[in-house]
Amino acid sequence: MEGATPTETMIVASARHLAGERVCFVGIGPPNIACNLARRTVAPDLELVYEAGVFGAVPERLPLSIGDPSLVTGATSVCSMFELFAYYLQGGLVDVAFLSGSQIDRFGNLNTTVIGDYSSPKVRLPGSGGACEIAINAHKVFVIMPQSTRTFVEKIDFRTSPGHLTGKRPAHWGAGPSVVVTGLGMYEFDDDLGEMFLTNLHPGVSLDDVQQATSWELRVGEHVSETPAPTEQELRVMREQLDPQGIYTRGG
Amino acid sequence: MSAAVADLVRDGDVVAIEGFTHLICFAAGHEIIRQRKRDLTLARLTPDVVYDQMIAAGVCKKLVFSWMGNPGVGSLHAIRRRVERADPAPLELEEYSHFGMVGRYMAGASKLPFWPLRSYYESDLPTVNPRIIEISSPYGDETVYAVPPLNPDVAIVHVQRASSGGDAQVWGLLGCQKEVAFAADRVVVVCEELVDDAVVRSDPNRTVIPGLIVDAVVVEPRACHPSYAQGYYDRDNRFYVEWDKIARDSARLSEWLDDWVYSLSSHQDYVAKLGEERWAQLTPTERWSQPVNYGGYD
Repeated sequence: MEGATPTETMIVASARHLAGERVCFVGIGPPNIACNLARRTVAPDLELVYEAGVFGAVPERLPLSIGDPSLVTGATSVCSMFELFAYYLQGGLVDVAFLSGSQIDRFGNLNTTVIGDYSSPKVRLPGSGGACEIAINAHKVFVIMPQSTRTFVEKIDFRTSPGHLTGKRPAHWGAGPSVVVTGLGMYEFDDDLGEMFLTNLHPGVSLDDVQQATSWELRVGEHVSETPAPTEQELRVMREQLDPQGIYTRGG
Repeated sequence: MSAAVADLVRDGDVVAIEGFTHLICFAAGHEIIRQRKRDLTLARLTPDVVYDQMIAAGVCKKLVFSWMGNPGVGSLHAIRRRVERADPAPLELEEYSHFGMVGRYMAGASKLPFWPLRSYYESDLPTVNPRIIEISSPYGDETVYAVPPLNPDVAIVHVQRASSGGDAQVWGLLGCQKEVAFAADRVVVVCEELVDDAVVRSDPNRTVIPGLIVDAVVVEPRACHPSYAQGYYDRDNRFYVEWDKIARDSARLSEWLDDWVYSLSSHQDYVAKLGEERWAQLTPTERWSQPVNYGGYD
């Protein structure tokens, strides 16, 4: 089987992080594939929660949108969006949520609103959607996004979803991301500094590559491991069942 | 549809065509475009392709929203042109998060001055939207954020089935159909099927909107394309992908509006133009629920 693209490695590495998790809030795009891959591999008991108002989704196909009819058929429960956000998310039932962004800073704050100035943006991005309240109310946040000097920036243009703020965040305003997975490697956050540090390099990626793709001087963990390459089974599930047209996985 | 839009949607209104991915009434959007309504404030959590079309057609001066994108595909290009380059005119934005928009409908529906939620802490959103306000709990030292009620002048809500009196039943993703209907001054229910009152009464738990608050019932099958109606037709993902190419080019978008909206007299023409082959591709297989016993108590 053909080797994994960086995006495929990113998705597989994210999926593996869901081992042992129970209730997962699924976001649009790569997180959607990662969560469905996890349910078919490392986390068969994972309950998938979608902001559209679904708990316990078992989609037969990979939905393009996160409001697909396949999320409903066979699900444990379908509820109003109010119930989903108020009872499941704000009520504290979500163990882990995936977020993404167009920009992230070293403290894991995320921008999905604008590039440039808010009132006259260079690029108008989609906005928060549910991301802001997810960042604040999920017990754990995993970030999954591509890495380059345009996405890993010294200062984000707009803070849509709070991460570890400037390093020391008040405890009840959300946990801040615990893991960031990109197409190049993986990061965790220092408890005292609230700053991300490199823990893993994906196969074939060097320390220099990740620094080149980061706008600040990257902190590197004491033990940086190589991410185990995606297995044949992981690639097969992703390519044959979850994204047969390669919309998300062949891009990178 | 034509009469309902003519009677109930007025220039300058705040209009909400809701539905989260599911049950988005594109046919109503197209009718509003055909009738050349102007200066509308359009509200929706996710503007989706329907508002990209309406905003491109010039019916809208202001957008109230929480996530503007083409779900799973990318950007809404007509909206972006107006926001980034005022092309061909500026577009005023009032922006929340999803939970914030849901809370606004909840406050609107329950006639409360605000809705409290645990969001927005340390986000820049309240700095660009002064209507998102941090408040102290009256019962402790905690703070939460408040969002103001949203009471649209008109809500247009698509449902699977309704009685002629407007009692409306929905299954699948519920979005904010119920909340927006109770919050709005005028309510248009558009249904796939008109059913006898007895059908509604056989399963009252499925009734989301009572006829009591409904001003017009429109029977318009397949009115959601390229959105979908659970159990009736699938989401036309191909169209959402194609829209990305159409909307990138404003000339091509105008042509699309001519071909698919202005030159058609009704949604039935649109359905026919799309062709039975496409509709056949979008027809799901059957998956019935198990009936429940409500019991008789005479």
